[in-house]
Amino acid sequence: MKKSTKIFILLLLVALVVVPLKLLPDAEFSGADGEAEGVIQQIAPSYEPWFEPLIEPASGEIESFLFALQAAIGASVIAYYLGYRKASKKNA
Amino acid sequence: MIKKKKQIFVLLMFASVLLYQDGVKAMHIMEGFLPVKWALFWLVATLPFFILGLRRLNAIFKDEPEKKLLVALAGAFVFLLSALKLPSVTGSCSHPTGTGLGAILFGPSVMSVLGVIVLLFQALLLAHGGLTTIGANAFSMAVAGPFITYGLFLLLRKFKVNLYLSVFIATATGNLATYVITSLQLGFAFPDPLSGIIGSSLKFMAIFALTQIPIAMGEGLLSALIFNKIKDNEKEGILYEEIY
Repeated sequence: MKKSTKIFILLLLVALVVVPLKLLPDAEFSGADGEAEGVIQQIAPSYEPWFEPLIEPASGEIESFLFALQAAIGASVIAYYLGYRKASKKNA
Repeated sequence: MIKKKKQIFVLLMFASVLLYQDGVKAMHIMEGFLPVKWALFWLVATLPFFILGLRRLNAIFKDEPEKKLLVALAGAFVFLLSALKLPSVTGSCSHPTGTGLGAILFGPSVMSVLGVIVLLFQALLLAHGGLTTIGANAFSMAVAGPFITYGLFLLLRKFKVNLYLSVFIATATGNLATYVITSLQLGFAFPDPLSGIIGSSLKFMAIFALTQIPIAMGEGLLSALIFNKIKDNEKEGILYEEIY
């Protein structure tokens, strides 16, 4: 893959995130599954969920902390892989 | 060696407790939101793929230990991507799944196992998805998505489509397919009184699948980038079945 292609792809990724935010300044950007829940209640108003989650994150802050941590761990394993391979290639 | 393995295991358990999570709002079918018969149906449907995946993982670890790092990479990719809830053009948020890349690298059944682990922890600890809906969620994200990605990738390569374009199309389509399947699962469980299963599925698709289109493209782009890196790095023949 050419370097210019890679840069183009990265810019495209940024655009995919930024464009919706700029395009829809008033949107709520809530979760899609919360909306699905609404549709279920509309189609089958009498349906009662028959099981509750055992544990829920204590607050929105705790939730986003866990998110950031999850992303960080994922990214660090990926970075480990990239660094490991680069170094072993150099020393080969 | 054993000691090190134990350390890694404990670390992983600890990390999982903290990390395998996702907001209450994202994409999977919520806890308790599938009637019992459908919950069971999808559980049974997922099981054979899960067992297949376990056997394949075992074979990889035994016969090709040099691929362990790549398996970790595939898992980490799911980890990272499913933590990124992104805004979409529909004004709501959803997240990529990341299961397509691993499917291309190792074959789809491996992702059935990795995907179920992620879903299980999310359901248990973070109130995302659910224990009762794990069969259905696993079928869409860890079975259907990876298998469609893998099948499409093979097909595209057969027609000599550019390698990275193939990765992009296959992973993006697999991601989108995950959400189409989720919509169908909800449609079957909650048929609309007027328009039936199809009408109901379309309603769910309008929410899930539409939101997912740009996010699926993002996952495709990212998968192609990482795949490029992997291909540059790995020795000849390390990738699955020499299909590249």
